[in-house]
Amino acid sequence: MSTAGATVGSRLADIVGPQHVITDPARLAAFAVDNEKPSAAVSPQSSAEIVEVVKFAAKDQLAIVATGARTKLGIGLPPRQYDIALDMTRLDRVVAYDPGDLTLSVEAGIPLRKLGGILAEHRQFLPLGVPYLSQTTIGGTIASGVDSPLRQMYGTARDYLLGMEFVTGEGVAAKSGGRVVKNVTGYDIHKLMIGALGTLGIITRINFKTFPTPSASRAFVATFQTVERACGMRNRVAQSPLAPMTMELFSPGVAGLFAGKAAAQIEPNSMPENVISGTRWTFTMGFSGNENTLKRYETDLHKMAEECGAVDLVVLSGSQIAAAFARKREFVPIALSSSPAATILKMSVLPMRMAEALATAARAAEANRLPWVAMARGVGVIYFAVLPTERNEEAKQQAAHASNQILAACAALGGQASIPWCPTEWKSALKVWGLERADFVQMQKLKNVFDPRGVLSPGRFAGGI
Amino acid sequence: MDPRVVSELKKLLGAEAVLHRPEELLLYEYDGSVEIARPNCVAFPRTTSDVVGIVQIANRYQVPVVGRGAGTGLSGGALARQGGILVPFSRMNRILEVDAENQRATVQPGVVNADVSVAVAHLGLHFAPDPSSQRASTIGGNVSENSGGPHTLAYGVTTNHVLSLEVVLPTGEVVRLGSPALDSPGYDLPGLFVGSEGTLALVTEVTVKLTRLPEAVKTLLAIFDTVDDATETVVDITARGITPAACEMLDGWTIRAVEAYVHAGFPVDCAAVLLLEVDGLRQAVEQHAEDVADVCRLHHAREVRVARDEHERALLWKGRKNAFGAVGRLSPTYYVQDGVIPRTKLPDTLRRINEIGTKYGFEIGNIFHAGDGNLHPIILFDAREEEQFRRAVVTADEIIGFCIEMGGSITGEHGVGMEKDRLMPLLFSEDELNLMRRVRDAFNPAGLLNPGKIFPTTKGCGEIHVRPLPVAGASRA
Ligand SMILES: Cc1cc2nc3c(=O)[nH]c(=O)nc-3n(C[C@H](O)[C@H](O)[C@H](O)COP(=O)(O)OP(=O)(O)OC[C@H]3O[C@@H](n4cnc5c(N)ncnc54)[C@H](O)[C@@H]3O)c2cc1C
Repeated sequence: MSTAGATVGSRLADIVGPQHVITDPARLAAFAVDNEKPSAAVSPQSSAEIVEVVKFAAKDQLAIVATGARTKLGIGLPPRQYDIALDMTRLDRVVAYDPGDLTLSVEAGIPLRKLGGILAEHRQFLPLGVPYLSQTTIGGTIASGVDSPLRQMYGTARDYLLGMEFVTGEGVAAKSGGRVVKNVTGYDIHKLMIGALGTLGIITRINFKTFPTPSASRAFVATFQTVERACGMRNRVAQSPLAPMTMELFSPGVAGLFAGKAAAQIEPNSMPENVISGTRWTFTMGFSGNENTLKRYETDLHKMAEECGAVDLVVLSGSQIAAAFARKREFVPIALSSSPAATILKMSVLPMRMAEALATAARAAEANRLPWVAMARGVGVIYFAVLPTERNEEAKQQAAHASNQILAACAALGGQASIPWCPTEWKSALKVWGLERADFVQMQKLKNVFDPRGVLSPGRFAGGI
Repeated sequence: MDPRVVSELKKLLGAEAVLHRPEELLLYEYDGSVEIARPNCVAFPRTTSDVVGIVQIANRYQVPVVGRGAGTGLSGGALARQGGILVPFSRMNRILEVDAENQRATVQPGVVNADVSVAVAHLGLHFAPDPSSQRASTIGGNVSENSGGPHTLAYGVTTNHVLSLEVVLPTGEVVRLGSPALDSPGYDLPGLFVGSEGTLALVTEVTVKLTRLPEAVKTLLAIFDTVDDATETVVDITARGITPAACEMLDGWTIRAVEAYVHAGFPVDCAAVLLLEVDGLRQAVEQHAEDVADVCRLHHAREVRVARDEHERALLWKGRKNAFGAVGRLSPTYYVQDGVIPRTKLPDTLRRINEIGTKYGFEIGNIFHAGDGNLHPIILFDAREEEQFRRAVVTADEIIGFCIEMGGSITGEHGVGMEKDRLMPLLFSEDELNLMRRVRDAFNPAGLLNPGKIFPTTKGCGEIHVRPLPVAGASRA
């Protein structure tokens, strides 16, 4: 153990008790962020303890990265400094759940899976069908800003998060919002914390609106010869009265990805055979409602699919839907584990420009001889994964070229892109946070308010915030 | 104020775009609230660069600037509390772009809310946030207050429908926040600026989402003989996870006021009605309406009427949306409160409001977004009697105190403004208020933009300050 680790460790032990501090380098490896190991990991059990840890760190000019299940620490730039891993998993209580009001307040370290079970007892749920579902904590999910196929109907966390408690980089415990479903008291600071990678505050508690679980649901799958036709189907549905729960497009390569070993390891629910075509673009859509509604969807979708030139179509029900949903939910982890140097871009464009965006991205990848797969959400968000077969300098250069072209293309299509996942040693060569943004200065102003000394995840965020 | 401010503004905007004579300013000392404050002058920009020019003048002379939409706000947000330049956006009222395919529109802030929906109706689209003031209130005002409306229950509030903003910071910089595409990498700046009550920036352009109009709509009027039955119905509808598109409640007192004015067809002899709406696919709406009606009957609804056609439906909504106007005919001044409670607490809370009214000698009307637990008790008082006004404020404070006790909030949609700044310490610690102050100061460093709002100016929890006596007609809503 290093001496620095020893002193930091003993100071932290004073706050939380020695049994909740790790300084053994071997065990600290589990807390590495972009290969950087902290000198200690601390597991507090309350906001008050977190305040103490942050104050200590601020005073001694140490840097903290808050961690949950540690499934998404690779997102963002490498931390400029990293001394303490603040493990949130002991803050794992449900603080309040009022099923009658459909509101919920939980501590940030609670595993999402556990929470799902509690809500299911009341036939309710949170529309967070996010990657790493079986491990992830709610805090990590919110702080990393990952999304869910269910956003098609329910929006993203910003739409159903009611309030939050957090600890700032100066060790101030604060809250914003509240627990009621409508509230305009004070600034919506909690919205800033979503996807901020803990750079503005350590999220300790989150209040949500919950939703009734839909009664019956089905999934519709159709395949198309070209990306334009598949997007045409998306556009056709978007311009109809149908209100899908989920809507995704998959590139031909996804079939192989989902049938592979990596997929089976990450999500054992196996996908029904031939649902996703290995040669064509696949359109999937989930919907729910009473019998008559389901029938209406099926009739309309069949008709639309034919008009849009679908090659074939199937309707899934029951466990098939769950399996198909699980695969698309876990698209990112599956893609990451299928290549030694998987690099995943998140592209956002106007929904009607998706075909162009996908075609451009595909050309960029192919021009650089990079294998790729893509999953595009109906709302205009695309996960474009390039999957080099080697993790070497040449692949890095190719990925850099391709991704630069894609970033520029997205800007031209009224949107933007970033690269949430790529090999650590490539981060200096890739524009991880995308092109520089006009409102970057405004973001920096906020960082200066919440964490003026740079204690919280320094350097990991956009523009090195 | 330095007289050069007016001459510089005239030079910038033209003489006809600047008001400064006392009689011209009179109209601008009010908004929809019971507060008053007079600006030193009023300047009407036509372009973003006009706004930049105004802000620069304000900086040069260190005078406050306050944005204003239609002035329908109910918390004094658009009043120049510390004087200075009031900036109404009524001349920046163009819809700049409608992108029907992508379901987006870009508008200037002075566009009236309902005009957006009217402009895109032929495309089968609308702008979902529908404050009851939607025929007057502006998108800029909606954005600043994060306004809701009856259909918020299913569709969400303004912030759920705003993608991107162009703003002029109080320092004069023009900044674009967010993007017409979703998930801009970086902090959610539109999320912070929407609902910031005009204290962080002047909004000069807004890109909103447009929502597809539902294929089918059914509007139901459930009539109850007791308030308890009506509130229990709301509790039950919520708990069963039936989410109507709207669930509004009007109590008997309000119904009688509305009927005398609008003739919407509400029965004047009942204790309460629920105005419920379900929408979506034809196949779903039939059953959804049946489910809602069943719950109403289970809780002893005397009758559940379904609007037979668009005319009946429009009439019911006219009754709801003109209710404040109807109340205004009964009393020149009234005080609309805005509190939120968990929906499970509705029955207790309405009983408590009634008791509080009795205690202070007021009859309190209730017309509100029941499905969201967002209360709007209305207290009528005679503005000529200072004692009555003071008593109305004490009454309102006690109601708000009860909302907080129930785990609720002090404002669901009208904003803190200059009405509830003194109540903020009931919900937020000094640390929390300071953090929010620092957020404000980060963008509004000299405090020139809309000063004296949101944050309590004096310390001390919830103590009542006597405000200047409002003149009759203060609430011309
Ligand atoms: C009869 C009636 C019914 C109402 N019903 C509802 C309802 O159902 N739901 C609801 O939420 N509210 C309701 N309100 C309140 C009010 O209408 C809303 O708050 C509305 O959004 C205010 O819009 P406005 O254009 O009148 O803004 P104003 O009152 O003029 O201004 C409101 C705030 O916005 C700021 N502002 C305005 N424009 C800009 C800009 N361009 N840049 C920066 N700041 C700006 C002002 O400084 C002020 O702080 C109602 C009011 C009335 C009178």
